[in-house]
Amino acid sequence: MSWVKVGVGLPNTIPGISGEVLVEWARRAEGGPFSTLGVLDRLVYDSIEPFAALSAAAAVTSRIGLATNIAIGPLRSPALLAKQALSVDALSDGRFTLGLGVGARRDDYAAAGVNHKARGATLSQQLAFLRGQLDESGIGPRRAPVRVLVGGSSGAALTRMARYSDGYAHGGGPPKAFGSAANRARAAWRDLERPGEPVLWGQGYFAFGDPDRGSVYLRDYYAFTGPFAEKIAAGNLTSARAVRDFVRGYEAEGCDELILYPTVASLDDLDRLAEAVS
Amino acid sequence: MRVSVVGGGPSGLYLAILLRKAGHDVSVTERNAPDATFGWGVVFSEETLGALRDADYATYLEITDSFARWTSIDIRYRGQVLRSSGHTFSAIRRTHLLAILQERCRELGVSLEFGTEVSTAQPADLVVAADGSNSTLRRSADFGTSSTPQGCKYVWFGTDLVLDAFTFVFKDTEHGLFQVHAYPFDEHTSTWIVETTEATWRRAGLDRMSEEDSMAFCQALFAEELGTHRLMSNKSVWLDFPLVRNETWHHGNLVLIGDAAHTAHFSIGSGTKLAMEDAIALANAFVRHPSDVESALVDYELERQPVVERFQQAAGDSAAYFGRVGSYLGLAPIQFAANLLTRSGRISHANLTQRDPRFTRVLDAWFAANASGAPLVPGAVAPPPMFAPLRVNGATLRNRVVRSTSDLAEAARAGAGLVLTGFVAVAEDGRVSPATPLLDDSWAAVVKDVHDAGALAGVRLGHAGRRGGTRADGGVDVPLRDGWPLLSASPLPYTPSSAVPAEMSEVDLTRVRSDFTSAAERARDAGFDAVELDLADGHLLASFLSPLTNRRSDEYGGEPLRFPLSVVDAVRAVWPGLLAARLTVTDLARGGTTVEQGIAYARALADHGVDLIHVRAGHTTPNSRPEYRRGHLTTLSDRVRNEAGVPTMVGGYLTTPDEVNTVVAAGRADLCLFEPAPTPLEQL
Ligand SMILES: Cc1cc2nc3c(=O)[nH]c(=O)nc-3n(C[C@H](O)[C@H](O)[C@H](O)COP(=O)(O)OP(=O)(O)OC[C@H]3O[C@@H](n4cnc5c(N)ncnc54)[C@H](O)[C@@H]3O)c2cc1C
Repeated sequence: MSWVKVGVGLPNTIPGISGEVLVEWARRAEGGPFSTLGVLDRLVYDSIEPFAALSAAAAVTSRIGLATNIAIGPLRSPALLAKQALSVDALSDGRFTLGLGVGARRDDYAAAGVNHKARGATLSQQLAFLRGQLDESGIGPRRAPVRVLVGGSSGAALTRMARYSDGYAHGGGPPKAFGSAANRARAAWRDLERPGEPVLWGQGYFAFGDPDRGSVYLRDYYAFTGPFAEKIAAGNLTSARAVRDFVRGYEAEGCDELILYPTVASLDDLDRLAEAVS
Repeated sequence: MRVSVVGGGPSGLYLAILLRKAGHDVSVTERNAPDATFGWGVVFSEETLGALRDADYATYLEITDSFARWTSIDIRYRGQVLRSSGHTFSAIRRTHLLAILQERCRELGVSLEFGTEVSTAQPADLVVAADGSNSTLRRSADFGTSSTPQGCKYVWFGTDLVLDAFTFVFKDTEHGLFQVHAYPFDEHTSTWIVETTEATWRRAGLDRMSEEDSMAFCQALFAEELGTHRLMSNKSVWLDFPLVRNETWHHGNLVLIGDAAHTAHFSIGSGTKLAMEDAIALANAFVRHPSDVESALVDYELERQPVVERFQQAAGDSAAYFGRVGSYLGLAPIQFAANLLTRSGRISHANLTQRDPRFTRVLDAWFAANASGAPLVPGAVAPPPMFAPLRVNGATLRNRVVRSTSDLAEAARAGAGLVLTGFVAVAEDGRVSPATPLLDDSWAAVVKDVHDAGALAGVRLGHAGRRGGTRADGGVDVPLRDGWPLLSASPLPYTPSSAVPAEMSEVDLTRVRSDFTSAAERARDAGFDAVELDLADGHLLASFLSPLTNRRSDEYGGEPLRFPLSVVDAVRAVWPGLLAARLTVTDLARGGTTVEQGIAYARALADHGVDLIHVRAGHTTPNSRPEYRRGHLTTLSDRVRNEAGVPTMVGGYLTTPDEVNTVVAAGRADLCLFEPAPTPLEQL
């Protein structure tokens, strides 16, 4: 067992978030016990675009890692996605990790004018571009290769992860669910004969001051999943003890980095999380 | 809270008891009479009993008082009886279980109504669909229900033969194999379930027989085991077992429990247990959320779904085992038994050692004796099966562990019997990337180090085909900007960004064949003990085998094996040692090679002198869908080994010695690719 690093999410998908709170959030996280600031991605929602949010965070931080976890790759063209990733990486002096997935919402695809049915193949092509053609594309700024993680739970998604990325970004759930997904990710890694081990990231949600508001947000954010929204809301971590148990559980399952996302954009909650995990 | 339960089976009645005890107002509506029921006895396991004791002590006492209990499993196979002990079973007559639960309901003031078929839910605060696998209530909302037949045809009889063990009978007939799952459940009666594949069932004419005739058929078939005892029918007709799944188990205030929510194939005997545990979890969820139905139902689902999923996985493996058990009749009785006992993945070699140390002592001793060709000596002891040597084609591996890592000498020092190189290209244009090694002079020194450490050394010889010309790091299948010309059976690129390979001409075929033979000669010169020919993972030889990648109109298209076998023949002619083939047994992709075809390929390779098949799956195309659970290739290896009759080697993320012991002891493979995860314990 190795120590899990704990990161915190920026509240970029909480409706009505102000630039001021977002930036202050990044500043405080930088001063806290957190390894990374993560962001989520939704198009048809009152949320801040993930690369924009991370750029704002990059401007007021110098230590903490920055990560999309995940960004919905296919909504962007491969070249534009690469440009955004390289830009955040340059602005943050190499602190960026690009987590990619296909997302789960059709309306995002419809709004972007992208074929939802081909999403898996599209993501694979983007990854192939990031790992290959990008080098000769003239797209910059060029630095060391950006670290890439891939999410998803199907056999096809895990194959894509092992083929093109540095590791796996799990979509959330109890530690046991993470553990079994992590084993599948490791098995895929071996099956494609990648050397070493995949990096394994997990995620969770928290709210301390006003948990009910957090749950209302989660139900709304995940309304498109139908009955699953309730289950996700039930997983919201609402006490320091719950957070610590969760972190320990993830650590025991071999998680390398666990990002905890706020469900209420409360700086007070951020301070309490810092206390809980330090 | 007013609760309306539909269905008076174990789940409905037990839930009614628990909710009534918590002070709720509960009614149960059952379509049948109180004493009418299908089936005979049901089995329970030890953990379930603990849960029942805590949930309702009064019924726990009555249930356990009427239990038949036993600790053995008898396996009747090839005219012998093998007994494994140390297990714990208990069973009860289904009608008796229901009578106990009904009585307790009455005592607590649950309103019970029999003989009423419910089609729509009565208004209540909570409506419970406990109406079984063919639930009517479930149809009133969208639960994402699927119900598909699983496993064999079966018929559930009783008999007045009182058994003293859980008994499996395997009976080979002119029509095919029949098997029995039988167990006692009171002083006078046992359950006797007969099972067979649909094909055998039709061949025997059972599809056209009346209920009486089919019982007479079974009575005659098992005359030897039944003796003077008789089978008894209770609406005993041949059925398909329905595998029921639901994406969600509640909708508004309507909740599914027991068989209405999920089934698990009867061959792991867990349906009643799962049904009653559902009831406990649901009742407890209302203790945690007394005034919030939605939260309680979400909690219930979160708690139960992962547990049920694990059982359904195990039950699926078990059902599939009984569907193909006819192919294991060549196994020695003790190995047949080990294979049967470990079929669902819930019992491993280590678990079996704990339950029945005598059984595993004999199993291990038999395995070691069989491996060395010696007779089994009574009282013999032997190390666990992973440490038994393997003799193939003149070579002797010191054990069943294969490692394939970049440092071969270290892998040999780590105790492996065989160390295998990664992909070594037979020619420059057959490399995966510029970093792919060729079979040059540098290998002799490595092989010597491996030999010094006591292991055999094998080299995987391949031509990357359309997966060649890629970058050395940062991923797989990322094409080089300035790669080299690629070859494949047909001119189809591997990924959309891969280079288009040339369709191999007759000249290419001849040249590649001789590349393989000269590489094999160099392997011999370097001192390798084994050559593994790569016919897998979408590489060149494999591209001929799959309809997804071979679109040729010449004879190499018409006979997919033609070119690969010509390479095998040519290599076999110059390579006298252990010859393995790494083979994609199924493409795991629509329109690709099926398992049956893959097994036929394995058979053909063996006929051409291949000694060992390394079982692989998927990667013929980039979008194949491997399952990737732990040991995900084991069942496939089992099928190749037992259906094609060829020794196999299997990987699929086997990380513990126990997994290796279980796989080889049960005859699912002869060698295991062992891939332990790095651990800080080794850095201390
Ligand atoms: C061959 C076989 C062997 C088995 N062996 C075992 C074993 O050894 N151990 C074990 O634990 N499990 C075993 N099971 C499984 C076990 O029988 C079930 O899983 C268990 O009975 C499920 O309980 P339940 O209450 O959910 O459903 P059921 O027992 O099916 O009860 C449902 C009840 O609802 C009633 N009902 C249905 N529709 C309506 C309606 N519309 N209105 C009113 N009432 C209705 C039915 O009459 C029935 O009484 C076996 C199953 C089979 C088929």
